Amino acid sequence: MDIFGDPAQWLPLTFAGLMGLSILIYVVLDGFDLGVGLLFPFADEAEKDRMIASIGPFWDANETWLVMAVGLLLVAFPTAHGIILTALYLPVAVMLVGLILRGVAFEFRAKAPPAHKRAWNMAFFTGSLMAALSQGWMLGIYVMGLETTWATATFAALTALFLTVGYSYIGAAWVVLKSDSALQTKAVGWARGGIFGVLLGIAAISVASPLASPRIFDKWFSFPEALLLLPLPLMSGIVLLALWFTLARLPKADDSFAWVPFAAGVVLFALAFFGLAYSFYPYVVPDQLTIYEAASAPESLFIIFLGVCIVLPVIVLYSALAYTVFRGKATELRYD
Amino acid sequence: MDTLLLSRIQFGANISFHILFPTITIALGWVLLFFKLRFNATGDMKWMDAYRFWVKVFALSFAMGVVSGITMSFQFGTNWPGFMETVGNIAGPLLAYEVLTAFFLEAAFLGIMLFGFSRVPGWLHTTATVLVAFGTTLSAFWILVLNSWMHTPAGYEIRDGVVFASDWLAVIFNPSMPYRLAHVLLASGLTVAFLIAGLAAFRWLVGERSATVRTQLKTGVALGALLIPVQIFVGDMHGLNTLEHQPAKVAAMEGNWETQSNVPLLLFAIPDEETRSNRYEVGIPNLASIILKHKAEGVVPGLNDFVAEDGTPEHPPVLPVFWSFRTMVGTGFAMLFVSWAAVGFMAWRRRGVEGLPKPLLWVLVPMAGSGWLATLAGWYTTEIGRQPWLVTGLLTTEQAVAEVPAPLVGSTLAVYLVVYAALLAAYIGVLFYLSLRAARGQLGTRPDPRDPVPASRGGVQIPAE
Ligand code: HDD
Ligand code: HEM
Ligand code: HEM
Repeated sequence: MDIFGDPAQWLPLTFAGLMGLSILIYVVLDGFDLGVGLLFPFADEAEKDRMIASIGPFWDANETWLVMAVGLLLVAFPTAHGIILTALYLPVAVMLVGLILRGVAFEFRAKAPPAHKRAWNMAFFTGSLMAALSQGWMLGIYVMGLETTWATATFAALTALFLTVGYSYIGAAWVVLKSDSALQTKAVGWARGGIFGVLLGIAAISVASPLASPRIFDKWFSFPEALLLLPLPLMSGIVLLALWFTLARLPKADDSFAWVPFAAGVVLFALAFFGLAYSFYPYVVPDQLTIYEAASAPESLFIIFLGVCIVLPVIVLYSALAYTVFRGKATELRYD
Repeated sequence: MDTLLLSRIQFGANISFHILFPTITIALGWVLLFFKLRFNATGDMKWMDAYRFWVKVFALSFAMGVVSGITMSFQFGTNWPGFMETVGNIAGPLLAYEVLTAFFLEAAFLGIMLFGFSRVPGWLHTTATVLVAFGTTLSAFWILVLNSWMHTPAGYEIRDGVVFASDWLAVIFNPSMPYRLAHVLLASGLTVAFLIAGLAAFRWLVGERSATVRTQLKTGVALGALLIPVQIFVGDMHGLNTLEHQPAKVAAMEGNWETQSNVPLLLFAIPDEETRSNRYEVGIPNLASIILKHKAEGVVPGLNDFVAEDGTPEHPPVLPVFWSFRTMVGTGFAMLFVSWAAVGFMAWRRRGVEGLPKPLLWVLVPMAGSGWLATLAGWYTTEIGRQPWLVTGLLTTEQAVAEVPAPLVGSTLAVYLVVYAALLAAYIGVLFYLSLRAARGQLGTRPDPRDPVPASRGGVQIPAE
């Protein structure tokens, strides 16, 4: 292993990177599934079926990125895993119940007696809402150093709300991409509403974070490191502006640019994510444990690293296959 | 109740709920492949009807398995932080390999298997089915490696109280792994066999006389009759292996207090840890010695060998292990009896399903759940039998528990239980609902995106690959 340098240095960093990547992929991919669930109350029966069809073949694989992320936390930073998850015990439980309801509602609403369908639709929405809110809450508490006080709880309530809005936005963007005619027009409207929320959310959290956490304040406003951060708000601004103009002109008759809202959503999520990652490095438990202190034995990490190197490209390949097989508008899926 | 007890109940409840669905999906994936290949070979619609029915059950069970599995992967951190801190260097890579090699494989190809029938060429759909079945089996392999390692750890060394792997092959092929893997895979096959037979019997009893219901009944019964003798044999080997590595567990399973020869096989007893003896014993003389040591004079270890100087027991709680073991073995013999009787009647009367007596058909219906019963009982034997250890000889359950306030554990537990009870009722309800609709020939009337064929649109030819 020496050819790479000191494994106790690069392995923890690599794994922190992998974990971050899994979380980002999860938030984007399951974000659009959950978002579709959040938009459920605004759709009529037929639209609901089509929205479900648009995520049906993907949601399971999307959710697997969450298992991957928590798995990497567990295997690479076992001590941190214990501290974080016991501190977040309740929101984790809420999220799990939410994911359970959402996941099974998919199947039940298609198979249960018609009289029960409404109840499963309800479960689908409630589950998505529980999962989105609790994930946002956990993000907030984590940013605040895993402490629950009135101030941090208020902050977490804010992040919960805005992550939920963010998910609805990307869900709407997904529906824009995967639908046509009336539903697509409707979804563009949802996305337009969502974009306000996203804007407000990013602004509010950017203001509140440094105010609430001195550590983040130092990271953001100490010269010259702060220069590194500058591109993030700039790029977010540009993307938002471009998005604003595109949304005003969608949907197009020839369906061009339908991918823009989704792509822009991905970029925004990624930018926000890098901002966070920058604020936290090198900590895995804020202010308590760095990734180097929390890492498992290099031997174990190396074994997993080998697996990751071999398997990750394959996973990307067959995920790509799945998305290619089910490309195009979701209506076509129904009577396969 | 304290946090430890509540956390144990919570973990036990979650994993018990989880295992119900993998037990079905692991084998059902292969059975679906069988249906599909039969259809490809014969072109007979009865196989396609069977496929269409069971693929629905598969999709539903898979979803239940996935969501409850996600809960499991968080449980290690929320309830047992000590587990990962001590044995994370072993458990971590094994869990990681499960996610990397199995979960992504299943999840990615599940979409193609369920929705892709007419979107992809036939060979790719069949490949997707194979890969999904293979993925579930592979994931069972990895998690059972870890679980077996917790029972019979090997290939490790301890530095500063933390476990490190010294030999990965020894970790993976630890002493109980081959037996446990074989036993659990067979358990899955049996669960599915009796589920198929049971629901088909139900459809028959409510009046369906189609070719597909006959085929399903025969397939289920035949698979059960085939696997159960193998399972009994493997279970016996498994027990001998356990005797070698975890004698206290076997002593609890047998309800044997003193190390002695000529131990009877107890059919009934109420083990009492207060008096350290059994009440109301009914047994067959010498049989336990014969089974475990292959001779009547064989000496079988007793529970009193596993008591500390100060009198605290270092063996598992006896009553639950004793009775869960009997539940499993009893169910196994019921499976043997029922499946062989059914095969016997069909062969003897030469009238196929018509040759089955009505009472036997009625027995087959509740037997649809026998696989679940035996599987749960088996896991309870194994897991409670490992107590007080979490990892035999290395880490006790008490050392691993999280310091979460008991009311928090208790209230989340209550919520899980309510959700699980509701979902279980809905799941079983839907199985019978789907069966009833199938029996009335209505399965295709409500379009389901994953019907491989445009349902109920008369005259549309099935693409016969
Ligand atoms: C003998 C088999 C077996 C056992 C003992 C377990 N599992 Fe499991 N699990 C499976 C067999 C399985 C499976 C067959 O692979 C499942 C069920 C249905 C499915 O989707 O995959 C699954 C799904 C599943 C998932 C969802 C995977 C996905 O997203 O596709 C997770 C995260 C876990 N499991 C985690 C666990 C953990 C942490 C366990 C132990 C404490 C555990 N399972 C015990
Ligand atoms: C899938 C079938 C399984 C079932 C039904 C099952 C059931 C149980 C039960 C009932 C207990 C409680 C024993 C007691 O406290 O007296 C337990 C304990 C435990 N099992 Fe399993 N188990 C299964 C598989 C696994 C697997 C695959 C793992 C790990 C890889 C595992 C890890 C544990 C742990 C960590 C405990 C300790 C917590 C506790 O004592 O409750 N189990 N299990
Ligand atoms: C009838 C004869 C059977 C015998 C002699 C037998 C024997 C055993 C033994 C000794 C164990 C505990 C092993 C250990 O903890 O070390 C076990 C566990 C188990 N049994 Fe059975 N068994 C039988 C039937 C069945 C049947 C019919 C099923 C399910 C359909 C089943 C499912 C299980 C499961 C899931 C476990 C837990 C996992 C494991 O440790 O392998 N068994 N069995």
